[in-house]
Amino acid sequence: MTPASKARFRKGERVAMSHGGGGRAMADLIRNIFAHHFANPLLDQKHDATLIARPEGRIVISTDGHVISPLFFPGGDIGSLAVHGTLNDVAMGGGKPIALSAGFIIEEGFPLDDLDRIAASMGEAARAAGMPIATGDTKVVERGKGDGVFITTTGIGVVDDAVDIGPHRIKPGQAVVLSGPIGDHGVAIMASRQNLEFGTQITSDSAALHHMVADMLAAVPDIALLRDPTRGGLSATMNELVDGADFGLIMDEAAIPVRTEVASACELLGLDPLHIANEGKLVCICDMDKVQTLLDVMAQHDEGREARCIGEVCADQPGFVRMKTAIGGMRVVDWLSGEQLPRIC
Amino acid sequence: MKYVEEFRDPKLAENLAAVIRAEADSAREYNFMEFCGGHTHAIFRYGVQDLMPDNVHFVHGPGCPVCILPVRRLDDAIELADRHGVILCSYGDMLRVPGTKRRSLMVAKSEGADVRMVYSTLDALKIARENPDKQVVFLGIGFETTTPPSALAIKQASEEELENFTLFCNHVLTPAAIRHILDAPEIDPEEAVRLDGFLGPSHVSTVIGSQPYEFLADKYQKPVVIAGFEPLDVMQSVLMLIRQVNEGRVEVQNQYARVVTREGNERAQDLVDEIFEIRPAFEWRGLGSVPESALSIREKYAAFDAEKRFEISEKVSREVKSCECPAILRGVKKPKDCKLFGNVCTPETPMGSCMVSSEGSCAAYWTYRRAETLAEMAAERDLEPAQ
Amino acid sequence: MCLAIPAQVTRLGDDGMATVSLGGVVKDISVELLDKVEVGDFVLVHVGYALHLISEEEAQRTLAMMAEGGLLDEELAEIAQEGEAA
Repeated sequence: MTPASKARFRKGERVAMSHGGGGRAMADLIRNIFAHHFANPLLDQKHDATLIARPEGRIVISTDGHVISPLFFPGGDIGSLAVHGTLNDVAMGGGKPIALSAGFIIEEGFPLDDLDRIAASMGEAARAAGMPIATGDTKVVERGKGDGVFITTTGIGVVDDAVDIGPHRIKPGQAVVLSGPIGDHGVAIMASRQNLEFGTQITSDSAALHHMVADMLAAVPDIALLRDPTRGGLSATMNELVDGADFGLIMDEAAIPVRTEVASACELLGLDPLHIANEGKLVCICDMDKVQTLLDVMAQHDEGREARCIGEVCADQPGFVRMKTAIGGMRVVDWLSGEQLPRIC
Repeated sequence: MKYVEEFRDPKLAENLAAVIRAEADSAREYNFMEFCGGHTHAIFRYGVQDLMPDNVHFVHGPGCPVCILPVRRLDDAIELADRHGVILCSYGDMLRVPGTKRRSLMVAKSEGADVRMVYSTLDALKIARENPDKQVVFLGIGFETTTPPSALAIKQASEEELENFTLFCNHVLTPAAIRHILDAPEIDPEEAVRLDGFLGPSHVSTVIGSQPYEFLADKYQKPVVIAGFEPLDVMQSVLMLIRQVNEGRVEVQNQYARVVTREGNERAQDLVDEIFEIRPAFEWRGLGSVPESALSIREKYAAFDAEKRFEISEKVSREVKSCECPAILRGVKKPKDCKLFGNVCTPETPMGSCMVSSEGSCAAYWTYRRAETLAEMAAERDLEPAQ
Repeated sequence: MCLAIPAQVTRLGDDGMATVSLGGVVKDISVELLDKVEVGDFVLVHVGYALHLISEEEAQRTLAMMAEGGLLDEELAEIAQEGEAA
């Protein structure tokens, strides 16, 4: 900690009920931690609500609650995740980011030091993404009624009038492109949870995808669909798409990139990499003849360097996601059922 | 991953598939039972059936410890967590299995019971050490593979004089169950399946060796191939079984020679023998009471036996009526023959254990072959005469 | 049943524990169930315990059999003999 930041709160100080009480303590907390790290012209308006100039195009809005445990993990923390998660959802709608709002629910007794780290990481992620945190809210709940800190973020962005992204544009014959290896985030989180205790160098893939998406849309404006496969993994995203639809999806297991460490951890715990969460990956559906153009553009970005075409949209067996297995058989790819529990058998 | 990826190689798979197609006699049918849920899972996850000729059939056996645990024993475990206020430690597999009135350990947890998922008995011991003022019960389930770790845990607890650790022992024995299926006195001969051979257990056999299966060849005249759990292991074992059948041989062969020997792990066997003894009989879901098919803790280690430490009440346990798990576990029915399959019974709302455990046949058909199975069910419904 | 995976022993503790590595994942497991184990050995790991050593020789033999179309030992030996004779 730098000497300057030390002065913002006492060493070892913890969040008290008064920090959410609306009095001086709350004002100090907001000024010394949130305003300090988030500082931007929108937030500096200091209104109850923030005014933003009307942009050209359509507005896209998305919201996401973040309740991750542990709060700090290899490759990120709840702060950067709360920015990337919502930012990516805005990007998947084809949106360029405008601003973010953030709501904090903090448990009484939470170390201010940790809150400061989280806010710093959040501020940095928001600045890097060009998506200022324009407004926020802080509540404190009694000890035992939360799990450290929960952060809900809402993002708004602007979508060019020419862009039309959505499941209604998916047609048989189109290609499914995946931006990179799956399961890094979920495995990094599981490795840092106490009761599973295994070691790996894997770090979360938590990342902002909007720069890559902007370039993808510039190169191929008629992309049919963008989705980020987060909770429930790639299988959940694929199943969401075919649910009730008049098309099916076929993937090729051999084409789906999975890092060795992720595959190994999954073998160890009896899990399927297709069910493991990601935070910096996207799935794109486009016409087959645009695949190479997209892959070339994606290869220009760290987030898309390992992008691949992993399958296609099909007309037969609508409503199902199928996969050609590594040994050449076929199987259905299902949603994760229930909670993800390591198994022995 | 060494010793994993090689055994999933697509070229070798293609090669094996071609040899199997060439050698399988098209004039006959081959029915092979894979006893283990691990094989069932591998067959479905990799679509092994798609690489087999039409006359090679897999009959799914009862080798899934989660599936065969009777509801009564699960209800007892839930009672331990509910009523005796213990910390109940369990492998993740058991948590969602519905007991009577579909109440699972997970439901008990959500209602305030202290149920914890552990990866290993080592974790359960650690929890006992860290909570000296609480009783910690480990729900021991599984076949011979999972038994030695439970035995070691008791031995360790005994050496450390860890007075707050007990095991709720539900460990069961593979050869006894296979023998019971073949004797099948209670099965109607008309519904019984003619089995041409067995894919023998992989990891169970690393512990007990291949020797305990020799009675299958000697007494029951059934070919056995101890098979690894990787897809190529399964395929090669099927080929070895086909060759035995074609040549009229009846032998115990060991395809999984990289970890299975005839004798197995004698150190582990001795340890199991020191801690456990054979129960006169044990109830298996689907098979009923099977003589000498399970283990209990020896008197010497009674202090670590949850059944002795806690008074477990008599209770009436109920399975969901019209759930076909029992017949499916015996290999006489398939999931599509169950009226509940995919209708009210899915992995989200399981009615029976075969749908909960990822190694259960119903879960395998639902998860990996749903499209075909639902289509078959619809076709069969259409064929039924109108009532 | 019984999910188990092959892993390589990278460190032996003096308390019956060992560290194993499996494709970039490391885990501490018990080797109490084995008579003898050395650093570098591959073992089959199940619920935190090594159940058995893995034989590289047998693994290679099995793979060779698969590559030959699952030929049995005798036939493989025959092929080898023919190879030598030629």
